[in-house]
Amino acid sequence: MENRKITPGTILLYGTLIVLALLFLMPAYMATVTALKMPVDIDLPTSWEFPSVINWASFSEAITLLKPNFVNSIILTICATIGSTMLGSINGYVFSKWKFKGSDIIFTLFLFGMFIPYQVILIPLFQTLRAMNLYGGLPGLILAHIVYGLPITSLIFRNFYSQIPTALIESGRLDGAGFFSIYLRIVFPLSIPGFVVTSLWQFTQIWNEFLWGICLTRHADNPITVGLANLAGGQAVSWNLPMAGSIMAAVPVLCIYIFLGRYFIRGLLAGSVKE
Amino acid sequence: MILIGIFVYGFIGETIWTSMTDWGGTGALALEPQKNFVGLENYVELFTGFLGGNFRQDLVNAVYYSVMLLVGAIGLGMFIAILLDQKPKGEDVFRTIFLYPMSLSFIVTGTIWRWLLAPQGGVNVLPTYLGMKPLTFEWLSSQSAILVFNWQDILRIMVYIASFVLIMVGVFVLRKDVNRAMKRWLVPGIVLGVAVWLFGDVLPDALFMEEDHGFNMATLGIIMATVWQYAGYTMALYLAGFNGISQDLRDAAMLDGASQVGYYRFVAIPMLKPITISAVIILSHISLKMFDLVFAMTGPDNAETGHPALNMYLTTFRGNEFSKGAAIAIVLFLIAAMFIVPYLIGQYRQRGRR
Repeated sequence: MENRKITPGTILLYGTLIVLALLFLMPAYMATVTALKMPVDIDLPTSWEFPSVINWASFSEAITLLKPNFVNSIILTICATIGSTMLGSINGYVFSKWKFKGSDIIFTLFLFGMFIPYQVILIPLFQTLRAMNLYGGLPGLILAHIVYGLPITSLIFRNFYSQIPTALIESGRLDGAGFFSIYLRIVFPLSIPGFVVTSLWQFTQIWNEFLWGICLTRHADNPITVGLANLAGGQAVSWNLPMAGSIMAAVPVLCIYIFLGRYFIRGLLAGSVKE
Repeated sequence: MILIGIFVYGFIGETIWTSMTDWGGTGALALEPQKNFVGLENYVELFTGFLGGNFRQDLVNAVYYSVMLLVGAIGLGMFIAILLDQKPKGEDVFRTIFLYPMSLSFIVTGTIWRWLLAPQGGVNVLPTYLGMKPLTFEWLSSQSAILVFNWQDILRIMVYIASFVLIMVGVFVLRKDVNRAMKRWLVPGIVLGVAVWLFGDVLPDALFMEEDHGFNMATLGIIMATVWQYAGYTMALYLAGFNGISQDLRDAAMLDGASQVGYYRFVAIPMLKPITISAVIILSHISLKMFDLVFAMTGPDNAETGHPALNMYLTTFRGNEFSKGAAIAIVLFLIAAMFIVPYLIGQYRQRGRR
């Protein structure tokens, strides 16, 4: 790095960046401060001030209220992430290494599934799950997430596998290995980073999902987003609870983001269909 | 693959079919609901019917919302990316801060921003810390609207927009290819515009009465929250793009006498056109299905800030009007397809070439 002199330009640059960073952190500050206040201390004009007495009780109360939703979300997210990632990996393998006639068209049609507004399939999905006796519980929601997670996971894996030299696959084929043994012996061991990126992405998406959560599950099986929305929905509720709840709902994905940010960003960029 | 076939295409078909029936009302939740084919009645009702007014307002909201979100998120994201591209110290820290909203759920964002935008608190009292009067803007409950137009004139307005787009494209092409610009874009655009202006009365009214729609000021709060959440995303996209441009190219541009501004204006940003397109596609897709954030910020009952996606949920699962919900969903789908299909075809062609 070359030595830089302090010029008006650099001051302006850092100044703007710091102001913007503060703006971006503002909601997080507000949520924390409000969550730590006593309910009586929460007053609109003083909402920015730091609490005079720190009150952790909002968190324990929010935890009691949201615990079932939290557990639901964990089960849902883990199952659906594993399912969609595994299937997506096999799909990506097919689309990149076992190309058949028209596979590009099918892949493009496949990608379309990623971009449809989910409202379009909501009603038939609701009916189908009801007919399969899966409506209302977690298994139905998991199934939905696995199926509609497939386009994006297949895309990420396909792009990932296209970096694996085809010669490797071909030598495997010469040695007499079939579709699955090539996958298990050669491709799968190479795809650990792909799995990390994809499962982080899916984890975040599924954890944050709301529309299906509210439409496809009964009260007892609501994921955390729905639980939080219900908690915050009432008008008379004191604001420390929803804020504590928001922080709770945000913490798992924030942890992923902070500790595994590199993979998270890669998933983000892969999700933008950049080739 | 078969699963996707059924779950995506089969279900879309099913929804189209549902939208043409009269499924709804009291027996709607029966296991074998009565469905009768009614053709396009649901659509006609949505666009011109007496009770469809809410939907029309929502649709208008969605259009304004998408445009503002695109401008806001891409503009701010690009701006931050350019700042970070100067390689300031602590770039990582800044990047982390700008991107963290992206990892949050819309429900979380919505809950927090609803508190921030509360009438006598949050953002509105910020100026008092600088010794100024508090703002009194009603972020989420304002009733006032700007850019109001009458829905009766919707057909005329749409033709005007079409002619405006033609003319704009024409002016754009004019610099490169005068002949083609005149023939293909400018002349038809002007003719169309003049035709509507002169003979617009021939076009039928969409409604039998006046109905005003505009951009509701209350939507501003929702847009702010979404821009806050997605500016980091576009920033990440652009930053990745800027880093992909080789240092040589940059040095060459600087040697040719390009200033910093000139470098971005004429070299970097044009080179990242594919990224801009991706961002536009993804953001408009997000803004079209925007449901969670509106739900969390203004609740299901605020007509001023409604959105078709929310309306679809309410109509279908609260009102049990399944066929109408399906019709709304199909309208959303068609709008989304307008963006996505050309994009996917482009992607497909690109793959074919390689």
